[in-house]
Amino acid sequence: MATKQSFFSRLFDGKHAVIGIPYLWFTLLAAIPILIILKISLSEMQGTSVSNMIDWSNGWPKLTLNFSSYQFIFSDSLYLKTYISSIKYALLTTLICLIIGYPFAYFMARSPKHLQPMLLMLIMLPFWTSFLLRIYAWKTLLENNGIINNVLMSAGIIDTPIAMMNTPFSLMIGMVYSYLPFMILPLYANLSKLDMRYLEAAADLGTSPFKAFWLITVPLSKAGIIAGSMLVFIPTIGEYVIPELLGGSSTLMIGRVLWNEFFSNNDWPMASAVAVVMILLILVPMAIYNKSQAEAEVK
Amino acid sequence: MSQASNNKIFSNLWMIAVYIFLYLPILTLVVYSFNDSKLISTWTHASLRWYEALIKDDDLISAVLLSLKIAGISALMSVFFGTFTAFALNRYKRFKGRTLLSSMSSMPLVMPDVIVGLSLLLMIISVQHWLGFPEKGLFTILLGHALLGTAYAAVVVTSRLREMDSKLDEAAMDLGCKPWQVFYLVTLPLLLPALVSAFLLTFTLSFDDVVLSSFLSGPGYSTMPMVIFSRARLGLNPTINAVATVTIVVVTIAVIASSFYTSHQARKRKREEAQAYSDSNK
Repeated sequence: MATKQSFFSRLFDGKHAVIGIPYLWFTLLAAIPILIILKISLSEMQGTSVSNMIDWSNGWPKLTLNFSSYQFIFSDSLYLKTYISSIKYALLTTLICLIIGYPFAYFMARSPKHLQPMLLMLIMLPFWTSFLLRIYAWKTLLENNGIINNVLMSAGIIDTPIAMMNTPFSLMIGMVYSYLPFMILPLYANLSKLDMRYLEAAADLGTSPFKAFWLITVPLSKAGIIAGSMLVFIPTIGEYVIPELLGGSSTLMIGRVLWNEFFSNNDWPMASAVAVVMILLILVPMAIYNKSQAEAEVK
Repeated sequence: MSQASNNKIFSNLWMIAVYIFLYLPILTLVVYSFNDSKLISTWTHASLRWYEALIKDDDLISAVLLSLKIAGISALMSVFFGTFTAFALNRYKRFKGRTLLSSMSSMPLVMPDVIVGLSLLLMIISVQHWLGFPEKGLFTILLGHALLGTAYAAVVVTSRLREMDSKLDEAAMDLGCKPWQVFYLVTLPLLLPALVSAFLLTFTLSFDDVVLSSFLSGPGYSTMPMVIFSRARLGLNPTINAVATVTIVVVTIAVIASSFYTSHQARKRKREEAQAYSDSNK
């Protein structure tokens, strides 16, 4: 028989407390807020607040779902264009990070063992200094009267400053700069575990180093490539600070649209609907990432 | 021979180029914080002018103090809840809703900041309608930062828990320790380095965050990144370079000190383990 006391002692025994505390925390602060976004995206603004989804005035709950925000997103070409351009910039960032980061991680994994901890620490160190300040630093470098233009002009290479700020170029610089370590770290973790005997065997069998790289190293580091790519791609889609500081008004990013819908237009349902569509977009790469992580864990 | 040395040169150049790319902006901030000119374009002469301006900048100073306070408290909260999360997910492999907990705990890691900020704010507004509190301000920023921090702290603590030997817990249990004694006497000391690095990481995340704070802050609560962000939007401002240099110096010292601390701890543990083995073999 379950008495009241045993119920309480069960509730406060180790296992239940250890599981219950984080459960409560994340339910309140992660799960419920997402459900609230979903709910508000299906309502409309009434004055300074949103309409009630459930109307009790007749004594019966009457559910009203309002899809106008979603209709607006899918009919107004600006939103679609912004989603597409966010994906485009995120893909481009991922690709550039891979092109720069893969050789880097490869060389790092091949460098002398005693140097590797230091090389790794040098990659992590910028992480610890403010991201915002590092993005701001690019502004001082890339402005028309900024440092790069000044150096080039005083060296006589150019006569008039190159317009780099507030272009897709400055946006890409900022994004690649911020997310490159996220690509390098999983790739390095993967490549440093690579069994060199495979490559030696291939060399013994007469395979050229170039061919061995493409046939052995790259396929074996697939998990690292996927993990790194997703760690770059997922956060860049919704990035707000970098496009705001470096992208200028012409580069369309969905994070800024959400921000403006909320802060400038005060349209909560619209901001929520933009967020819900963004979440749906992220689910696909997230599933890919989780699958590759689970596979790596099984191995 | 020449092929191999060419490869070596190429790989070294590639790595040096990446490091220059990563450190060039940081170096620029530091160097130009000592530039006397208001314009970033011209280097006049070295001066501490912007550091003087920084000391007199009351808005910025109070924002820094607020950020430090928020970062300290939210990092403690993050480590607390993150440790619970890591234990729940690693020590209990099977319980109802484990998958849900693990996906909820990774949600703040993968969701863009703007979505986390918006969803938390709309939740807080709903609670406000319902209960009359909380007011937007310090408490709500703390909640947001602690949520993000918990997710990161859980990852850090998890990786330590995985490499920790559960035999030690079992041994302590066999020797008659109660579960809480096992935790305080065995698990916690072994976990301490991970807790310290989780604290430092979540402190930094909070100290750096601008998006969540902007959503969750109320009137009168501007954190340092919020102030910097609003100034940076307007244009270049040399005082920011001075703030940047100060934070970079502090952070670099802290990172180096903490890495010395962890390697010292690791050495100490190795020594003690070796000691224990040699004692038991006597």
